[in-house]
Amino acid sequence: MQAKNKVAAIASADELLAHAMAIEMEAAERYAELADQMETHNNPEVAELFSKLAEIEGKHIQQVRDISGDVDLSMTTLWKHGWVDPGASEAPEYEDVHYLMQPYHAISLALRAERRAVAFFTGVEEKTDDKEVAAMARRLAEDERKHVSLLEDWLDKLPEPDEDWADDPDPPVGTE
Amino acid sequence: MDVGTVRLEPKQYKSGLKPVWCPGCGDFGVLSSITKVLSALGLPREDVAVISGIGCSSRIPAYLDVYGFHAVHGRALPLATGLKLARPDLTVLVAGGDGDGFSIGGNHFLHACRCNTDLTYIVMDNQVYGMTKGQASPTTDPNWEEGKLTPGGTGINPFQPLVIALASGANFIARCSSSDPNGTAQTIVEAIQHPGFSFIQVLSPCVTFRPEQRQWKKLVHPAPVEPTDDPARAARRLLTDDAYFTGVLYRGRRAPSEPAPQQTCEEVAALEKEFRVESPRYVGR
Repeated sequence: MQAKNKVAAIASADELLAHAMAIEMEAAERYAELADQMETHNNPEVAELFSKLAEIEGKHIQQVRDISGDVDLSMTTLWKHGWVDPGASEAPEYEDVHYLMQPYHAISLALRAERRAVAFFTGVEEKTDDKEVAAMARRLAEDERKHVSLLEDWLDKLPEPDEDWADDPDPPVGTE
Repeated sequence: MDVGTVRLEPKQYKSGLKPVWCPGCGDFGVLSSITKVLSALGLPREDVAVISGIGCSSRIPAYLDVYGFHAVHGRALPLATGLKLARPDLTVLVAGGDGDGFSIGGNHFLHACRCNTDLTYIVMDNQVYGMTKGQASPTTDPNWEEGKLTPGGTGINPFQPLVIALASGANFIARCSSSDPNGTAQTIVEAIQHPGFSFIQVLSPCVTFRPEQRQWKKLVHPAPVEPTDDPARAARRLLTDDAYFTGVLYRGRRAPSEPAPQQTCEEVAALEKEFRVESPRYVGR
């Protein structure tokens, strides 16, 4: 579901960092799952790409850890997070993948997810009256913008799929 | 949680077996929700059992590292009921699809609601039999024309799971969307914590045989009203159900059925002893 840029109030910079950690962790796990799905359905090119994206999200997790220092980033339950849109902001949605998808689709998916993360942190900054939270949100949004930029560059280098990319010469069919 | 118990991460409840569901299938979201639930509740793996029937979604026990039973088609509920009565200490989840639960197992669904045993039944409803390649199921719209066995559509009114659950006595009734794994997880937690039989219909698209269901995530919306404990009020709300509201509809106050099976077991054992017929072939073995 598209981000609606509606966020609940974040009380402290530590709480915001916990959100950032949860966002990155869910994204890393989701990409790993999507890689497995593609491997299972014999789409090795996109499987490898999703694995790479999971690896990149792993680096983002480390970046959040580096910013956080000794702060406890554990959160009780995911659904108590401040984002309103379903799922964590940066995790691609399960329904948006297809077994015949191509690298262009995968990077487009990742790009949409990163843009949702930018929208989340920007929303936090706009909503808060706390200067520390605003500064942290700005920093995290900026990091996400860099990720967006990298993905835009990546997407530019990929060929756009043909219109009939989803046509399967041997499709799953109903009973005759 | 016991002192010294380490809370597991959601992914630690996964078995490591890779799901064979089609990419895009909503059941991935439900699997994710269940692992989040088990982690949030801090449940040890050995204290959880997931019982399923037959169908795509019923493969879910294989993907979880808890006790599981991939049962006979439509028979997950009686099996789970027996397990819960024998081991009331376990958290017993029942999972399956709309065909398994409302057609093959339809009668069991009615009586599980009526018996109100403390179970949580999660039905991944995609309005189609996916594993057998796309036939109309009990919840399919009457005018769905893509099923090869039902050209021109079924022409039959679809089964209304929430209505039937309410009328049959389920003690907790909710609808969720697989496109919202965190919201679904929250509802499953509520369902587990609510005593008695809890029923959750999860709208979980089949992107292969019902590709139009990819649009469900744009159609679902939170229920505009709070849950009620009044069945009459819940029934009135269902009269205006657009089939896409999500959230908890009903939280009943009926005490769960917790029969003590000991006396029955003893009586059955005595009967078995009284009427035992020993084949001469096996006597003495």
